[in-house]
Amino acid sequence: MYVPHTFIECKYGPELVVTCTFRSSPVAGSNRVFNTPLSEQGIVGFGIGLATQGSTAIAEIQFADYIHPAFDQVVNEAAKYRYRSASHYHCGPLTVRAPYGAVGHGGHYHSQSVEGFYAHVPGIKVVIPRGPSQAKGLLLASIRDQNPVFFFEPKWLYQAAGERHTQLASLCTCMQSLSLSAGSDVTVLGYGSQIQILRQACEMAQSELGVSCELIDLRTILPWDEDTVIQSVCKTGRLVVSHEAPLTAGFGAELAATVQAECFNHLEAPIQRVCGWDTPFPLIFEPFYIPNKVRCFDAIRTVVDY
Amino acid sequence: MYEKMVGLCQVDQQLYKAQRMGLISFYMTSYGEEATHFGSAAALHEKDMVYAQYREPGVLLWRGFSLDQMVDQCFNNRHDLAHGRQMPVHYGSPEHYFQFISSPLATQMPQAPGYAHGLKQAGSDNCVIVYFGDGAAQEGDAHAAMNFAATLKCPVIFFCRNNGYAISTPVEENYKGDGLAQRALGYGMEGYRVDGNDVLAVYNVTKKARELVVDEGAPVLIEAMTYRLGSHSTSDDQTGYQDMSEVKDWRERYFPRDRLRGYLQSQGLWDQEKEDELVSVTNETIRSAIKRARAEKKPSLEHMFTDVYDVPPLRLRRQKEEVQAMVAKYPEHFPTASHE
Repeated sequence: MYVPHTFIECKYGPELVVTCTFRSSPVAGSNRVFNTPLSEQGIVGFGIGLATQGSTAIAEIQFADYIHPAFDQVVNEAAKYRYRSASHYHCGPLTVRAPYGAVGHGGHYHSQSVEGFYAHVPGIKVVIPRGPSQAKGLLLASIRDQNPVFFFEPKWLYQAAGERHTQLASLCTCMQSLSLSAGSDVTVLGYGSQIQILRQACEMAQSELGVSCELIDLRTILPWDEDTVIQSVCKTGRLVVSHEAPLTAGFGAELAATVQAECFNHLEAPIQRVCGWDTPFPLIFEPFYIPNKVRCFDAIRTVVDY
Repeated sequence: MYEKMVGLCQVDQQLYKAQRMGLISFYMTSYGEEATHFGSAAALHEKDMVYAQYREPGVLLWRGFSLDQMVDQCFNNRHDLAHGRQMPVHYGSPEHYFQFISSPLATQMPQAPGYAHGLKQAGSDNCVIVYFGDGAAQEGDAHAAMNFAATLKCPVIFFCRNNGYAISTPVEENYKGDGLAQRALGYGMEGYRVDGNDVLAVYNVTKKARELVVDEGAPVLIEAMTYRLGSHSTSDDQTGYQDMSEVKDWRERYFPRDRLRGYLQSQGLWDQEKEDELVSVTNETIRSAIKRARAEKKPSLEHMFTDVYDVPPLRLRRQKEEVQAMVAKYPEHFPTASHE
């Protein structure tokens, strides 16, 4: 079903707590944008059904930290729907949005990054924008995609001052990764809110060490754009990966493993992962927990000095 | 009880203001629901384990948790029992038989009958109470909890604070049936509905529920009808969706503190002079607590790594060394001075 860019077919969730960037068309009424009872497993299950019927379904989970009751519906239903029915049925028109990531005071349950869990599920897609223009374009691409997409939005973006975004025609709707700066010494790879931090670390590396960084925003976690990354690391020979989610078995592990296999002979230094520590997200210790710009800068320095 | 209720009302006011001033990061008030806390808590035994949602600090205050302790937790300082790891209002206290709050809704619900089952097996005279709201009651965990409790015969009181709203979602958008009380029948347990703003009624129903639960070893559901006078939290603005004349009406006619004061006055147990004195002393206590809590150091950095497991694994010990090295290398980028 065609979705014009300003029209949300069916957008629902426990409540629309944060002000979103959408404007519903006048045609949309309460049967198109509505609250549901408070149950994440219900929200995702309902969304699968609505999407299977052919409607565009955009479900909202209030915080990614709360998506876990829906895990069964995601892993056992949404991800396997097309495969188990040989595409006779599918829930492609489903998109599930949830704010994720650190916000300065979220603690255990308002700061989680969950992409690691969902990247591990063949059959769904996982998309993470780094800013407002990206968010709009990538969300449109996710809605149009004929596979269930899990769209994790950096929470802090809701509080950021704003970003002037380009006209619709040039809005990115491509789900591939994007090189944000061409560089020759080291590839720096991340996604979502971490891109802002990495940008600062790259600037620090340039000014303090004279190091030229190639910063890549992955944008789509699953399936991820291997070729762009491999091409970059084969050129630079060095890779720093960073995400807020805890180090062990985080998505960075998948990135690092693939790159070491494909770029082995080109690597000048071990791949660095700069991540959250292996603890629940601790409120008062957040400044020590998150992979901040100095930790990222330090990792760049490490691979360059190796 | 009235003194503690005033304590809660006043600390809610001052800590809400503290958040607005940027002194603490977050707060949730309990305006309008104080009777559900104190009425129920007073009817329990002090060792009955409490599982709460997040809007029941009065239960903890009743049991003896101090206003100072509340303030320390909200300021995430070194005195917080959980080392500043969680957001404000995520209290807990083993001394007061009160499990630590977690933000996700209804997750505490299936745990309560589990704990109760253990108590029963151990031959204990105590029971468990689990608090939850009208929104949380729609989660899958709520269904599992009640069905497990009834089927496995667990001595647990399910206490629903039906305050009309789940953040901005009114009850009409959360369920179609007639609230929570009659769901008890469906699960095979006793259910009661009570005026949640009448502290004496809440006390009576909880007392009765406790007797049933302990005598029969089986669960009971209480639905306390109340109203959320404030916003959901400091991150919410009720004026965007709540009818403020409805709020005003509930505040004027059914405010638990006013009702209890009125009752005490009618019994000759209270007067305006006592009221003024109490409010003044309470406010001063809270103000001092805030001043002191603000000046305290934050917990030591080592506590970022303790309690993940009983014994930290090797990788975690190495990460602790790594962060300490990072802090030593780039000290101006870490707020070490504010920590113990």
